[in-house]
Parts: sequence; C-alpha cells; structure tokens
Amino acid sequence: MGGGAAGLRAAIAAAEASDGLDIALVSKVYPMRSHTVSAEGGAGAALGPDDSLDLHAFDTIRGSDYLADQHAVEAFVAEGPGEIVQTERWGCPWSREPDGRLAVRAFGGMSVNRTAFAADKTGFHLLHTLFQTSLKYERIVRLDEFFVTSLLLEDGRCVGVAAIDMRDSEVRCITAKAVILCTGGIGRVFSFTTNAAINTGDGMALAYRAGVPLKDMEFVQYHPTGLPGTGILMTEASQGEGGYLVNNEGRRFLEDYIPSKMELGPRDILSRAIIEEIEKGHAFEGPYGHYVHLDIRHLGEKTIDKRLPFVRELATKFVGIDPVHEPIPVRPVVHYMMGGIDTDEVGRTRLPGLYAAGEAACVSINGANRLGSNSLTECLVFGRRVGRLAAQDALVAAAPSENPVVRLAEAEQERLVASYLEKETGTERVAAVRRDLQAAMERGAGVFRTEESLKQAVEEVGELRERYADLSLDDRERAFNTELVAALELGNMLDVAETIVRSGLDRRESRGSHTRRDYPDRDDDRFLAHSLAFASAEGPRIEYGDVTITRWPPEERKY
Amino acid sequence: MAHPDLWPETPHEGPEDLELWEEGPPREPGAGPRAEGPPAAGEVRLTLKIRRYNPAVRPDAWWDEFAVNMHPTDRLLDALHEVKWFHDGTLALRRSCAHGVCGSDAMLIDGRNALACKVLVKDVAPKVTVEPIRGLRVIKDLVVDMEPFFEGYKRVLPFLINDEDPPDRERLQTPQERERYDDTTKCILCAACTTSCPIFWGDGEYIGPAAIVNAHRFVFDSRDRGARDRLDILADRTGVFRCRTTFNCTEACPRGIKVTKAIQEVKRAIMFDRL
Ligand SMILES: Cc1cc2nc3c(=O)[nH]c(=O)nc-3n(C[C@H](O)[C@H](O)[C@H](O)COP(=O)(O)OP(=O)(O)OC[C@H]3O[C@@H](n4cnc5c(N)ncnc54)[C@H](O)[C@@H]3O)c2cc1C
Ligand code: SF4
Ligand code: FES
Repeated sequence: MGGGAAGLRAAIAAAEASDGLDIALVSKVYPMRSHTVSAEGGAGAALGPDDSLDLHAFDTIRGSDYLADQHAVEAFVAEGPGEIVQTERWGCPWSREPDGRLAVRAFGGMSVNRTAFAADKTGFHLLHTLFQTSLKYERIVRLDEFFVTSLLLEDGRCVGVAAIDMRDSEVRCITAKAVILCTGGIGRVFSFTTNAAINTGDGMALAYRAGVPLKDMEFVQYHPTGLPGTGILMTEASQGEGGYLVNNEGRRFLEDYIPSKMELGPRDILSRAIIEEIEKGHAFEGPYGHYVHLDIRHLGEKTIDKRLPFVRELATKFVGIDPVHEPIPVRPVVHYMMGGIDTDEVGRTRLPGLYAAGEAACVSINGANRLGSNSLTECLVFGRRVGRLAAQDALVAAAPSENPVVRLAEAEQERLVASYLEKETGTERVAAVRRDLQAAMERGAGVFRTEESLKQAVEEVGELRERYADLSLDDRERAFNTELVAALELGNMLDVAETIVRSGLDRRESRGSHTRRDYPDRDDDRFLAHSLAFASAEGPRIEYGDVTITRWPPEERKY
Repeated sequence: MAHPDLWPETPHEGPEDLELWEEGPPREPGAGPRAEGPPAAGEVRLTLKIRRYNPAVRPDAWWDEFAVNMHPTDRLLDALHEVKWFHDGTLALRRSCAHGVCGSDAMLIDGRNALACKVLVKDVAPKVTVEPIRGLRVIKDLVVDMEPFFEGYKRVLPFLINDEDPPDRERLQTPQERERYDDTTKCILCAACTTSCPIFWGDGEYIGPAAIVNAHRFVFDSRDRGARDRLDILADRTGVFRCRTTFNCTEACPRGIKVTKAIQEVKRAIMFDRL
C-alpha cells in the first residue's frame, strides 16, 4: 500500500524475490504523484572516498539525539550505498562528477559530503525511476486511485485491505497474505507544512486502529526554510551549496547558536534558532508572519541555475523573488514525521501479516531528529528489506479464507454509506474541522512546547472529534467523490494528531525536535526510550520501549 | 460539430465548441453559498467559471460560477480549494504537491493547458474559466480518465534497458552525457502537452507528445540499449510521424520542456538511423 519510494521499492523487491507471487500496488494517487516527488535535496549514503559507514552511522545517531536504534542504523548505512547504485542501474539520472561518478553534496548534520542528488529534484527522479522500473514487472498489478479505508483482520492476522475505487466509491476487498504499509507522512495535520495535500497519515491511523502502536509520534521535524504562506520548501541543498541564513540586522545569526556548523547544522537546532530570532525581534515581518532571509546571491547565477534551478523557479514563481538578486524569505515549517508505525529492523509490525516502511514506519533510524537526505535512502533500504521479507512470509503463509473477508468488506461498505454517503444528520464541513485541527496542532505542538500548550491541544483534538461525528458531506454521489476521501482522511488525521499531542505531553524532557520550554534538558534516565501509543477506548495509552544501543553510548549532543 | 452534451462521451473534441455550452448553475445537491462579502484588505475577488460534469446528477456538462476572495499571490489551486471546501463540496479535481512537480492538476485555464498550482490568482483575476483537459474522457468535473494517456507512455518502454553486466559500482556517465537527455527527464506526466495537441484530439490513435518525450529520455541516455525497439515503436503509424509540428505541446508544457524539439530529434533518429 503506497506508491512512493518505499512502496515501489518494496513492490520491486517482492517481485524479484519470487515468480510465484501476485503483487498489488494500491495507491490513492497515481504513484508518480506521491509525496516522494517533492524531495529536492538528495539521498544520503557513504559513497565518497573520504566517507565511512561508521561516520554516517555516528552522524545519524548523534543527529537523532541518541534515540535511534543503533542496529537499525548500522544496517541502514551499510545497505545505503548499494541501493543508490541500484537506482543508478535502473536509470536514475543522478548528477555526476566530471569523471562520470555520482556526485555528492553537503547536507545539514552530515560531517562530509555524502548526499547524492539529481539536480534539486532528487525525489522526483528517484520516484520516476522506481515507477518506470516497476512497469517491467507484470506481476506488479497497480490499483491506482484506490483509497484504503481499513485493514482486514482475521484471527489476529492481517489478511488484506478494504479500499474504495475512487471512480465509483465501491469498496473492493483485496485479500493478501502480507500487507505492507508505505503510506508516507502526516504533514497535513498541521496548517503550515511542506507536505503534499495527500499526506494525512492514513497508514499510521489504520495500523493504530488495528492495535499496532505508533512509536515516537511526538517527534515532528520542522524544516528551517519554508516559504511563508505556501510552506513550499527551499531545499537544504541551498545551504549545502553555501547559502546563508541572515536576520534583519543583516547578520548570520547562527553564529550565536551553532558556530561550528552554521547553516549546515541539524534542522531542529536551526528551526529553534529562527524562532528565537523571531521572538527577539530580529526577524522581518510580512503578510504571512515573521521570517528571516536565506541568501544565496553570492553563489552566482551559474551555480544557482546548475545546482539549484528549482529553488530559483519556486522562489520566483511563488514569492516573486529571484534569488539571484534578492534574498529569499523563509521560516520553519512542518516537514517530516520521525515517528510512525512501530516496526523492527526488517519492517515487521506486531500484527502478523502487517509490515511497514518509509516515512509511515518507525524503525527507528531517525530517533528524535532525522538528518536531511536520510529518508529517501531509508525508503530504499527498508523498502527492499520489507519487500523481501513479506515475499518470503507470503510464500509460506496460509491463504486467508475468502468468506469472512468478503463479509468484512461488505460491512465496510455499509459503514461508509451509513456514516457518510447517506448520513442524514450533521452540520459540520470537513474543511472547517480540518482547519481547526491544523491550527490547534500548530499552536499546541509547534517548535516549542509546554505542558500547558500540549494539554490545551489534547483537549481541542477531543472537541474536534465530537465535531467530526457531526460531519455532513455535500457530495453524496459515487463518482470520484473526493469529499468522501477527505472526510476519511480527516478521521485518520484526528487519530494521528491525538497520538502526537499525547506522546508529547508525556515526554517531559527536550530531545531532538521535541523541545519543552518547561523541561529544557534531555533526561536519559527517564526518557532514553521510545514512546509507544496504543489505541484504547480512552484515547492513546502511552508506554515506553527500549532503545537499542550498540557502539555509540549516549553523550551530550555537541556540534 | 458535435452536440456539446456529448462531450463527456466523445473524448476527441476540438476546442471550437466552447461558446455553445449552456450557462448557469443547475445543480441542487449541497449547493452552498455562492458568494461571500466583499474582499478584505489585500485580497482580490476572483470569479471562477468552472465546467462541471457529473453523470449521477445530469447527463450533460454544465457551467457553474463561484466568487471567492483570495490573496493575489494565492494559486488558482487555492481558489479551487476554496470553492470545494467552502462553497460546493461536490467539485472534483486532482491535486497533490501544490507546486508543480507531481503532475496532478493540468486543466484548461482560460483556454490554455496549465497546472492550477502554477497559475497565480493575480494573473487571472477578476475572472477565470476552468475546464478539464481535452481529448480524454471526463469522469467528473475536472477529473479525466488518464488511462489511455498512461497506456501511450507504457508503449514506449519507459525504463532503462541494458542487459550488459554492470560494473561493481555505478555506471559512469559524464556530465555532458547526462546533459544530453536532461531536458526530457523533467517530464511530470501531467498530459498538458498531449491534451493540447489537435492531432491527439482528432485521432484516437496518435501516441501523443508526452510518450515521445519519455522515449527521447531513454533513447538519448548513454546507458540505454533499447533505442532500436523504441524507435521502431515510434516509427509506426501511431507514432511520431503523425506530428504536424503545431508547437501547442511546447507552449503547454509547465516544465518548459522543448517538446517539439524532442519530437523532431526522435523523427530524425528514425529517419537517419542515427542517435
Ligand atoms: C518538500 C520535501 C522535500 C524533501 N526532501 C528530501 C530530501 O531531499 N532527501 C530526503 O531524504 N528526504 C526528503 N524528504 C522526505 C522524503 O521525501 C519522504 O520522507 C519520503 O519521500 C517518503 O516516502 P514514502 O514512500 O514513505 O511515502 P510517500 O512518497 O508519501 O508515498 C505515500 C504513498 O502512500 C499512498 N497512500 C497513502 N494513504 C493511502 C490510502 N489511504 N490508500 C491508498 N494509498 C495511500 C499514497 O498514494 C502514496 O503513493 C522531503 C520531504 C518533503 C516534504
Ligand atoms: S512533456 Fe511537459 S506537458 Fe507533456 S506530460 Fe511531460 S511535463 Fe506535462
Ligand atoms: S498539484 Fe502537483 S503539479 Fe499541481
């Protein structure tokens, strides 16, 4: 389930694992519309001569504020280079060095140049390459524009999914011996985000409702450099190529916060620095709030056009500023979910038959803060791992019994008709509830959080749930009913939002992206642990799980 | 000229029928308020005239008008969302990234194909006409059946073909070799080009510019060995030689790909057997 980098990579791995499998790739949008398409900067892997696996592992673990599981990180860095090379063999148009090798660039939090890139449209090229490669396998049957509404469970096992075909809004029941969730992130739970409109955390909500815990959900990454208003990302490659962040005094203010790394510091630190500059009155003010400047003018037109053409295109188009001549207004913006469906280092969840990978999953290699360019590689490495594993498991698993499964799908259809399409009561619009949810999350679970702000958000999300029950749709017809889809997505967003604020409330420390003004320090005695949010009748129940430490004992995170 | 009501059923329709369509908002279910108060400071009022179609409501297409207040720098996509989320939830459109890379939202905007997320309100206010792209069957409102488009794409074998044993690491490719096919790697499969092409409208068989662009992307990639197969496919009667070089495709492409040039290069490669 999912046609982004992780889902496509998993499908290809499963197709390669055996001739004897039927693979369905279910996606609510055509695969090349998936959010992976927006990734700009690059994919990190220890490819260069001055790099090593240990160095990549250490950067990742330190970046994670020691919350990453180190055995998973070790597997990740070891398999990353092979995966990048694999996509090269499949035709990915990576940018090259003069001698023809893959070029690598600098990225935040990485101590050497290790980010392979395809101009500044890396995700786009990677996604298209994977999509194109998937076309070679007839075994991969695509179900495009199918929206999955629930997991089918039988005797404590996941035996498929129920999905509506958006063309006619009929529930189709797709039985399976293995289901892999690669449904991406949750950015849309917040109002100001770099994420595509489709990033509503569906897979996380499905797994959660099926009893699988969501891990480390309090860790939401803010990217330091989004365009005010639209939230469109100015890739960190701008800083990798040498761009500056400047306040309203014309000063590179990061020298007050992280002088050793400056603009190449990790995202959590940079985002906090910008918010603090705003609070000190050192920021500019515009119609879409406060911002600082990203200045790349000194790179010159030639470098900008060669290495950062998309940055120029986006800034010119959407804020009317040509970065060759003027600095770009930027501010922190919700970007990435470190947490997700709890899996082991091969993508298995606690529910037999259910697997997950990509941004939807929490393995966890990202811990409390992901390093830029690690997640595309994560999608490749863990997409492949989980695809193979699920294939092996499926080859020996018993077939689900058709009968009960068909009944489950019928029940799902009835639920959709009764709760949405033919529901007679209700006054709330999807968009009104969604807008208020996004605003509540922005207020309560932003870059800086407190007991009070999180409690308030918990309460507000609870109220929004009640309003959700009072939803009424304009569109009661079956053909391409995107309002129905939006309503189902909103239900998922509410579940996910609740786990974010509850996990955040209980984590009374500051670590990585989770910054509590009332608990400013990291507290390894109590919180060197993964939070696990389980669904219960009273809302999320938070438990804690161990972090795997192999070779890098936690120390103060210094740059 | 076909009867306008037949539009949704007849995929290959020319643009000349525009004037004939019925005006007015005929639809009842869920009709919300169609206009709000005057625009606030810094906002502009935009009237969207949208071509609607929903076979469950009525058999033919119709026009609806909505007035919304937007910031001048908002995208047309934001205005369509404003309509969908606060005026009429039945409006159907596709979108995802909202900044011109995913290819979801090509539409006919004031008579030209463009991505709704790359058109700014200030460039179309006070009034804009929005229709589905042409030449593909309309499913509902602005959503068309993309399957024939993707079938054309698939026919040109849009994946790297090379059975030689690869080296241990990556294959080498110089920046110059990489540059050779750079332009056509940028295609986002939005169908703006193909659905602006009069040959494609008039002729259900033409594979269309987007498929040729994607063939070009591999034919001129130094790592690929499948050029012969692709060129044979494109030499066929549904292929490149149907192109009459009208340049509509190049004008329509939101990624600025030189589509006609790519088509010409593919034609030449076929004629002179030269890559
Ligand atoms: C603007 C931006 C720039 C980025 N740049 C970088 C970068 O430079 N380097 C880097 O490493 N990372 C980057 N990232 C992060 C990275 O792009 C994502 O984490 C990654 O692409 C996620 O891929 P995925 O396969 O997990 O999910 P996605 O690509 O989001 O795909 C999710 C898939 O699930 C499907 N789906 C979801 N719900 C349903 C449902 N209910 N039913 C059916 N299908 C469903 C969708 O259709 C889609 O196909 C960036 C992110 C953003 C927002
Ligand atoms: S060539 Fe341009 S217009 Fe045609 S599908 Fe590709 S991106 Fe769209
Ligand atoms: S929404 Fe992605 S291209 Fe417009």
